[in-house]
Amino acid sequence: MEKVMRLATEKGVVIFTKSSCCLCYAVNVLFQEVGVYPVVHEIDKDPDCKEMEKAIKRLGCNAPVPAVFIGGRLVGSTNEVMSLHLSGSLIPLLRPYRM
Amino acid sequence: MDIYEPLQQVSMWGDSFKVEGGLNSIASPMLLVNTTTSMENKSEYIPHEPSEPSEVNQETTNKDVSKVLRRLAQNREAARKSRLRKKAYVQQLETSRLKLMQLELEIGRARKQGMCTDNALDTTFMGSPETINPVGIVAFEIEYGNWVDENHRRNEELRNVFQANASEVQLGQVVQNVLNHYTDLFRLKAEAAKADVLYLISGVWKPSVERLFLWIGGARPSQLLNLIVPQLDPLTEQQLASIKKLHLSSQQAEDALSQGLEKLQQSLVQDMAVDPFSATNHGFQMAIAIRKFEALESFVSQADHLRRETLIYMSRILSTHQAARGLIALGEYFHRLRTLGSRWTSRPCDSVISPRITP
Repeated sequence: MEKVMRLATEKGVVIFTKSSCCLCYAVNVLFQEVGVYPVVHEIDKDPDCKEMEKAIKRLGCNAPVPAVFIGGRLVGSTNEVMSLHLSGSLIPLLRPYRM
Repeated sequence: MDIYEPLQQVSMWGDSFKVEGGLNSIASPMLLVNTTTSMENKSEYIPHEPSEPSEVNQETTNKDVSKVLRRLAQNREAARKSRLRKKAYVQQLETSRLKLMQLELEIGRARKQGMCTDNALDTTFMGSPETINPVGIVAFEIEYGNWVDENHRRNEELRNVFQANASEVQLGQVVQNVLNHYTDLFRLKAEAAKADVLYLISGVWKPSVERLFLWIGGARPSQLLNLIVPQLDPLTEQQLASIKKLHLSSQQAEDALSQGLEKLQQSLVQDMAVDPFSATNHGFQMAIAIRKFEALESFVSQADHLRRETLIYMSRILSTHQAARGLIALGEYFHRLRTLGSRWTSRPCDSVISPRITP
């Protein structure tokens, strides 16, 4: 859990993904389209993958990946990010971190 | 007495149309009301002054008669509609039964082929034959057919309420009714995706013309907006700005999902295009590929999520009146596409030899 929180707070926009997950790739593309370049951690390449998955689930994310953190706080998985974007709330959240 | 004859008819009809539970519940309170009135006529009122109560009884009797006549007419109409619905349902069942038999034949053939052609395949990695659920797909086709009919009915209801200048509250309820029904469709599609995502994403269950515009198993959300917005004049400046933002967000989200899907397709190609002379275990490659098909489910789910959210956010930006207009336009558009599709498939073929295309 500490590892997840440490990595999540290191930078403004952090996404936990798996290298095989194409939906994670899609979420990353979306962020880039609005001018943000998130830090991506591929947890399947991490030896602590299983613990990190559990930690992410315990934090309330309904899918282990993609798990999106903005400003150190968990925003959610793909569903939440898409809803936020359609409602117009995603870009204001990202404003401090845009390039 | 006159009132008894209609009563007898009502109870007969209540018996023969047991399919419509609603009919029975309409019929019985009427029986109760009229029997109590007649009971009072016979026993209680005789010892008392006959003039006043009998005048009251005459009035209530007349009202009751017209109520009964109205109920009878409503019952007849409901029964007629019930018969039509039953006929349509039976026809759909027949078509689906034929399709099911065809599918079972195909699966039997495919299984035989699969077992004979490649002995090098490790069959434990092939995935069990139960992964594809043909009954789930046939069930979906029936339910989708029903959904289309119900959608048409709800859109007609919306159109009628809209044109009748109903109150905003009433119109709002009917608008919500139509929106909820679109949510039902996405639930149906999710179950079908679990049964066979390749089938769902191919759009083969949609009318042919709609397939032209297919994007991840359905219509593009931004395209839905393009359909609705021109019907909505006049829009306020604020509404126009919100719609523009929604349209842009929708396009960006679609773009992201499309790119993710492309990446999935590329990796599938790489999985299957292995060196034919290498000694690798093909069964293992196929197991990986099958897991990727399952990842497709989440893409379809996200695409439907976008469609649903687009409709919901749009309905929030608009007034009830505008939302009604928009939904009516949307329903009408898909109805026309369907009609166009039927005309296309039933157009006369030039050559006598070429086979007729059946939808």
